[in-house]
Amino acid sequence: MVDCHGSQCGFCTPGFVMSLFGLYQSTQGEAISRAQAQAALSGNLCRCTGYRPILDAAQAMQALPRVQVNETEVLSKLERISKHSRGREANSAYMSPATLAELLALRARHPDAQLVAGCTDVGLWVTKMHQQFARVLDVTQVTELRRVEDYPHHIAIGAAVTLTEAFAALVADRPQLAEFAHRFAGLPVRNSGTLGGNVANGSPIGDSMPLLIALGASVVLMRQSGKRQAHRELALEDLYTGYRQNVMAKDEVLAWIKVPKATSMETSRVYKISKRFEDDISAVCLGLNLHISNGRVRKASIGVGGVAATPVRARKTERALSGKPWSQTTIDQAMAVLRKEFAPISDMRASSAYRSTVLGNLLQRFWLESQGIARTDLRTLQPLEAATGAPT
Amino acid sequence: MKTPPAFPATGLAPSPAAGVSRPHESAAAQVAGAATYVDDIPEVRGTLHAAPILSTVAHGRLLGVDTAAALAMPGVVDVVLAADIPDDPMLAAFAGDEPVFAQSTVQHIGQVIGLVLAKTVMQARRAARKVQLRIEALPAVLTVQQALKAQSYVLPPVFVRRGDADAALATAPHRLDGTLEVGGQEHFYLEGQIAYALPQEQNQWVVYSSTQHPGEVQHWVAHALGLDSHAVRVECRRMGGSFGGKETQAGHLAVWAAIAAHKLRCPVKLRLDRDDDFMVTGKRHPFAYEYSAGFDGAGRLTALKLVMAVNCGFSADLSGPVADRAIFHTDNAYYLQDVEIASYRCKTNTQSHTAFRGFGGPQGVILIETIMGDIARQLRLDPLDVRLRNLYSEEDIPGTGEKRNTTHYGMRVEDNILAPLLSKLELSSQYRRGREAVLAWNAANPIIKRGLAITPVKFGISFTATLFNQAGALVHVYTDGSVQVNHGGTEMGQGLNTKVAQIVADELGVPFDRVLCTASDTSKIPNASATAASAGTDLNGRAAQFAARHVRDNLAAFVCGLDGCGAGAIRFEGGQVLSPNTTRSFVDVVKLAFFNRIQLWSDGFYRTPKIHYDKTTLTGRPFYYFAYGAACTEVAIDTLTGESRVLKVDILHDVGRSINPAIDIGQIEGAFVQGMGWLTTEQLVWNDKGYLSTHAPSTYKIPTAGDVPEHFTVNLWPEPNREDNVFGSKAVGEPPFMLAISVYEALRDAIASVGDGRPVRLTAPATAENVLKALAG
Repeated sequence: MVDCHGSQCGFCTPGFVMSLFGLYQSTQGEAISRAQAQAALSGNLCRCTGYRPILDAAQAMQALPRVQVNETEVLSKLERISKHSRGREANSAYMSPATLAELLALRARHPDAQLVAGCTDVGLWVTKMHQQFARVLDVTQVTELRRVEDYPHHIAIGAAVTLTEAFAALVADRPQLAEFAHRFAGLPVRNSGTLGGNVANGSPIGDSMPLLIALGASVVLMRQSGKRQAHRELALEDLYTGYRQNVMAKDEVLAWIKVPKATSMETSRVYKISKRFEDDISAVCLGLNLHISNGRVRKASIGVGGVAATPVRARKTERALSGKPWSQTTIDQAMAVLRKEFAPISDMRASSAYRSTVLGNLLQRFWLESQGIARTDLRTLQPLEAATGAPT
Repeated sequence: MKTPPAFPATGLAPSPAAGVSRPHESAAAQVAGAATYVDDIPEVRGTLHAAPILSTVAHGRLLGVDTAAALAMPGVVDVVLAADIPDDPMLAAFAGDEPVFAQSTVQHIGQVIGLVLAKTVMQARRAARKVQLRIEALPAVLTVQQALKAQSYVLPPVFVRRGDADAALATAPHRLDGTLEVGGQEHFYLEGQIAYALPQEQNQWVVYSSTQHPGEVQHWVAHALGLDSHAVRVECRRMGGSFGGKETQAGHLAVWAAIAAHKLRCPVKLRLDRDDDFMVTGKRHPFAYEYSAGFDGAGRLTALKLVMAVNCGFSADLSGPVADRAIFHTDNAYYLQDVEIASYRCKTNTQSHTAFRGFGGPQGVILIETIMGDIARQLRLDPLDVRLRNLYSEEDIPGTGEKRNTTHYGMRVEDNILAPLLSKLELSSQYRRGREAVLAWNAANPIIKRGLAITPVKFGISFTATLFNQAGALVHVYTDGSVQVNHGGTEMGQGLNTKVAQIVADELGVPFDRVLCTASDTSKIPNASATAASAGTDLNGRAAQFAARHVRDNLAAFVCGLDGCGAGAIRFEGGQVLSPNTTRSFVDVVKLAFFNRIQLWSDGFYRTPKIHYDKTTLTGRPFYYFAYGAACTEVAIDTLTGESRVLKVDILHDVGRSINPAIDIGQIEGAFVQGMGWLTTEQLVWNDKGYLSTHAPSTYKIPTAGDVPEHFTVNLWPEPNREDNVFGSKAVGEPPFMLAISVYEALRDAIASVGDGRPVRLTAPATAENVLKALAG
């Protein structure tokens, strides 16, 4: 960083150094591409340098003599700290159960406790909105919920699985979700936040839900009932009842998210629109999953974010597509339906009109992509070759 | 990327020190997390923490402040309000129109009414939210359009004219009428505003402030406390970024902290939460324009009539000189023959907008670049050709005996390098081939459209207020031969201390690592100007050079006496002092001189020559010289969503003879990306109540690493400053910010590819929504 002139005012520098350290350790001497460096630094902001020298440093560091770090020792220290940590606020009781049974028991005993996982949103309620919780119940150490389980027709993602791991599983099944996974949030947020938290939080602009709704995901809610564990399963879109309201009972915990596996019939995509590519909250988010065969739409499943008080299913648009020929005419009709199906608000992220217009346009994009019309994606675009001559 | 020649991390320092790419003097400490900012200073026992009480109404009568609930909160010690100000309830700001704390009226949401003091910062912030305000709402002015209608101004309008714009418009072969709106910008310095005020014995004060202007902080604090300036010492080792945002705004924080410390007789620290920082402090001025331009068939501008409405917020602050600089930069690189500019300094019930890198310059430049782009589209010419035809030049204007080389404010452009600079960039960026490729792409691709633009920059260097163009420095040589420099400038990350140390090292002929720059301190250099207007190195570097020269002259005279030669024969280089017959180490000479009672320290003072300027007519030579540059940018837009990406940037920029190429390139790249943010993703949104709804990183989006194109080259123009400036260098802080206007112009170029030659109406910033709107026409 010093040799590359990567610090100016220096205030952001320690954060960048830590992200670079993470990249250094995880790449273990392999050459680092520009894209890898950008991804690793996606959660850090610098206002002075314009990033180029920091990216250069990221790509240059593996060429330096290797520095060995005893990760086991560092990790065990961190583990020790995490076990003995206390909230800064003395009156806040922090509970971190290690098993599902303990979690459900604690939930039953403390229905008022604030459930947390990565705290990527709840943390701000404390530091920014000055909320204080009498009790906090942390799900992240629950062994059972830290797993992604593989079944013949679906995967089950535990509520304590980080976004990074959850998206790794989703992308393994549907590679076309890779860009969305990157765009979902900056790396540190993806490493600490959980998919379960994003879903349970129920923000109308939570980005995973439009995708999950389109894919036909369901959630498993669990609670302790006497001596045994009770559970129920419902379609994700049925979880929400209003702005950050859901059907969960006071003693219930969102335990699993079940996502059907891709089938050969389906064409699925998810589109997120935000002011900035990385680390931003969507103005609109559209998840689509269509089953098309013999030129006809057999089934349409569409999830939308940013247009209502909750993430929603675009049922009218689904109806406008289902059973119809897969054609521009059908798309034109469905676009009109989709634009009218919701009455999104205008806020600092986008106007109502923009949200509606773009929703329709994204459906158009889905059509164009399904027709194999390449070059609709800004992100993979390179500068024009003729214009990339060597500078003098 | 062309990386500047790196200074070897280990090994001997090259000599001379200047002209070499050295790491920032604090780089090693910053990387290790060992560089300290105000909040890192160990707190004195008994320090209280403050949090501001903010107005919740844009305009209203403040009828009551109920602090009972706040005072009952844990850890809370007291509340400070306007009645607690020991002296003048108005800040010592230039226009005298800002109360320290709102008293009878509130003028924007986020205006500070008082402070809550508590044992911890979180306790103070929590309690500040419990203060109940009784405010009777009054009609608020929230937009410049409302302000113009109500003639609501913070300062009187200013008019600049040359020739007869109306007549020229009437006879112009072609005409373009339009409006434009350009948004403001939050500084988003990574280190938020902070001040730490410590009462000393006998009513003396020390204030640690993250400020670009310690002298003003001192003056404001003394004024508010009713003290002489000599009783207040202000120190700033470094800022975690500022960009103009800590030129005046830091003074507010310091005054607030000092008033609380005065009342409670204990040290008080005030560090604004990021959201509060957004709500309280001023930003880049949003502008709205209405214009008519006349031009000939070749695209040459013959007439310009322009109204600029500047959103100043609720008080004048620096809005006068910001709006003036916008007028001074309406020409950018182009000769304006018959021109009439009206500039309205609108008062609105929002934060009081303030200095921000470019200081109105960008808002002048973007307007004329918009016009150039639209003229080209209207005439179906290449925008670069239209720009080239309008450049300042030595061409005669028929029938007038004048040349196309004088600005609309009467300053001759004597150091014009625009034509050769643009021509060089046109070749190195392969603009013409790029243009062909863009046209071919756009013809073949219906969804993703590309755009390309080269835009130039000509930026005037000097404070337009002539009096600020002065600086002082102290150079101390200790008996071990080490050198300490102190100057009136401040370090905000721009590498000023590194450059000044390089200059002083060369003046004394000692290795760079023998020179140390210390914290800005009002007890060392009094009455220093703000580190602003890109002039930090020009002014302070020169003053430090002069101070070092005085010491060197003392030493040279002493050595002359020893060796019996003329002073001109003594050379200082490579850590040695060479006379015609003896070579001694610098350290030995210093020791010997000390034993012989020779003064080993000195002051230095510099004032910029040649500048003068009539404030009433806005004419004269406000600038010592101009800094130039140009950028070629390729972008792509998604016509379905309006999203965009910058794909390729080539920059050729003029920093004169660079004192430190790595630092200069860092300034150029950083300014470009910051400018790109201003024009693309950074959108400030005030709602219909005047509430700034983008007040955190979650809603206000500065560029990230992923927004920076991989192809991003910066080359330096290979020519020293034609004016006599320190080391032959030129100022670099602000001028490259305006290179980012090439992004905006390239976006408009891409949008125009689906149009029919009509002007492209693209509101800045070019968010996805604004691009989609522009595409719709």
